[in-house]
Amino acid sequence: MIRSSASLRRRLTVVLIGGAAVLALVLYLGVRLYATRIAQQGQDSILRASVTTILDTAVMRDGTLEIDFPYAALAMLTTASDDRVFYAILQDGALVSGYDGLPQRDIAGADAASWSAAYQGAELRLTTAARRLYAADSETGITVTVAQTQDALSVTLSQISRNVALFGAGFFLLATALSFWATASTIGPLKRLTQSVTRRGPQDLSPVTKPVPAEMVPLVASLNSLMGRLDQSLTRSEDFIAEAAHRVRTPLATVRSHAETTLQRVDKEENRTALRAMIRAIDESSRAAGQLLDHAMTTFRADHLDRQEVNLTELVADLVNRLEPVAEMKDIALILHAETRVDVSADPILLQNAIRNLIDNALKYSPAESDIEVTVARADCAFVSICDAGPGFPTDHMAGLVDRFARGANAKGITGSGLGLTIAQDVAEAHNGALKLSNREGGGACVIFSL
Amino acid sequence: MRYLLALVFSVWAALGAAQDWEARALFGDPDAPKVLRVISSTDIDLFAAIADSFIARADGVTIDYYVAGTADLDRILRKSPEKFDVAISSAMDLQFKLANDGYARVLEGFDYPDWAEWRRSVFAFTSEPAAIVVNRAAFAGAGAPQSRQQLIRALRSTPELFRGKVGTYDVRQSALGYLFATQDARTSETFWRLAEVMGNLDARLYCCSSDMIEDVAAGRLLVAYNVLGSYAEARQDLSDQIQIILPSDFQTIMMRTALVSAAGPNPDLARDFMEHLLAPHDFPQIDASALPLLDLSKPALEQSTIQLEPALLTYLDRLKAQRFLQEWADAIIQ
Repeated sequence: MIRSSASLRRRLTVVLIGGAAVLALVLYLGVRLYATRIAQQGQDSILRASVTTILDTAVMRDGTLEIDFPYAALAMLTTASDDRVFYAILQDGALVSGYDGLPQRDIAGADAASWSAAYQGAELRLTTAARRLYAADSETGITVTVAQTQDALSVTLSQISRNVALFGAGFFLLATALSFWATASTIGPLKRLTQSVTRRGPQDLSPVTKPVPAEMVPLVASLNSLMGRLDQSLTRSEDFIAEAAHRVRTPLATVRSHAETTLQRVDKEENRTALRAMIRAIDESSRAAGQLLDHAMTTFRADHLDRQEVNLTELVADLVNRLEPVAEMKDIALILHAETRVDVSADPILLQNAIRNLIDNALKYSPAESDIEVTVARADCAFVSICDAGPGFPTDHMAGLVDRFARGANAKGITGSGLGLTIAQDVAEAHNGALKLSNREGGGACVIFSL
Repeated sequence: MRYLLALVFSVWAALGAAQDWEARALFGDPDAPKVLRVISSTDIDLFAAIADSFIARADGVTIDYYVAGTADLDRILRKSPEKFDVAISSAMDLQFKLANDGYARVLEGFDYPDWAEWRRSVFAFTSEPAAIVVNRAAFAGAGAPQSRQQLIRALRSTPELFRGKVGTYDVRQSALGYLFATQDARTSETFWRLAEVMGNLDARLYCCSSDMIEDVAAGRLLVAYNVLGSYAEARQDLSDQIQIILPSDFQTIMMRTALVSAAGPNPDLARDFMEHLLAPHDFPQIDASALPLLDLSKPALEQSTIQLEPALLTYLDRLKAQRFLQEWADAIIQ
């Protein structure tokens, strides 16, 4: 079981959406701040124009201050929200005209100043500028302050805020959609790799050659190298088994012939029994070695199938002929039902291996003086069926019988390695065929090997 | 009389009583549970139609109506804003300043054209031009002047005829007169030339339009300049003696405005009254004796009225007013 940490897709989506949300918020706050500043600057510049207009008309005439400011000086302060307007004109710090008590600020040398303050229960934006007037023998300082409420400004700002909020939300939604798309397209190659690895056959350990994104190259490279090493070690162990089986078989044959010779010469019953047991054990070992060899060969050839045009009838008839002596020894009749020609495109050596193992199995499990029926025919596809009168397959785990070294529960006392059905199954699969196990009515097992 | 009771207190005022108003009237049942206090510069006769129609609609309401001159009205309301619910005045600049200074209540939810209100506090409801009112008999031969230039020519051609018989507002007393004069001066230099001509003819100065109209009708004046056209129109009884001329060169049109006192005792009743006042089709309009109501259907650009805008504060500025009054006095008092 592989433990999964947080899903890549989820992590990517969360990071992208979270990022989009943060960006949208930053956008909203940034634009709002900027808009506020711009709007404030706009109001300040109008206030300043008004102040300048009033200040410009200030003159000293015969020692008295005259300010004949034009209608436009205050008309320019008209806003859509009808903001309240206040002003004050001061001469040397004393109110000459306008609103008494309007907040003042010392602008000391500066051209003009704008600030916010409260007056008469309203929040105001004020702008002040000053000017010095020179008469013949005197000098006086004039300060003009013009103030305005900020209703129109806040209406503008709330409009801007709403629009920016809408824009930010749209941006966020778009970014979210994009992040889903980006996640899907990033995860895509990973998914395709998974699928291509999952779809492979059990024997396929060839490297992945399809192009993958650069970020995945190291992963795929190590995967390929892992599979290469696995393949190598599998091959080595198969080779080893084949070599071992081969090496064991020859000495076993020598031992068997010696044991047979000895059996002829020994008279004492207990010695003869021991020798017979010995011969049976040797038979079992050499049979197992043979099957291991067959299996190794099957595994090897299944990867590099050598297909030829084969007459299945001929191949099976040949096998039946060769096994006839073994059958006779047990008083078993091998009965062949075959169409004259059943042509298939297959690897003849593998076919021989498979069918020999199947007939071998049947011979092993058949009681004496029974029949084994071998049928070669073509229905939907070419097939060979081998049916015996033995105990049949144990019904409870028939599918498991094709596993390597698996043997039926009723196989006690019968020599066998458990590789026969595996070999037949591997061969059938290598040819895109199938191996079907069943029990006959009235006893006996049936194996259908189809191509 | 369409109103039930009219008490004229002018005698009281003259006797030195505490009251500042010129006249006072009660509309409706004097024992009614609710009393709406209105201070206004509008003559009682002209307000009657509005008052009567409101009382007919609203049950158990009395309107306590105080008449004061525009400048007095401003002063009274600033001094005791808690005594009045509604202020109606022809002095747009003073009304504007009252609202700007926070004396007017903001009335939300009014569907009213932007150009006819300011800050949902000051609402205009009439459109009244300044007119030249002349004595019909005096101009019977030559025909009455149709513009200021023609008036100047007429006055100059026969000064002996007009000497002492030209009248206009004393802008030092009447805030409406001051508004008309300043707006005239703002529009055209002709105003100053006319003022100078009138000054040369020993112009007589008046506090109110109604006095000027009476004097023209009686022949004591031959020409009255900047008279409220609406007041003159209302005097149907004098139509044989007076002729009302709306100058063809340019017109100065005032809008009578109403505001609800922020500190007033009956804000809800005041709002009801404003709703009635500003839904103009409820009371008879075509009646010449009523106030000429604002045509709200016309777009803002076609309304050549004085605008309700912060610039109205300009001529209320102490230095500006000082200077303007000085120039005016130099021209007209010689």
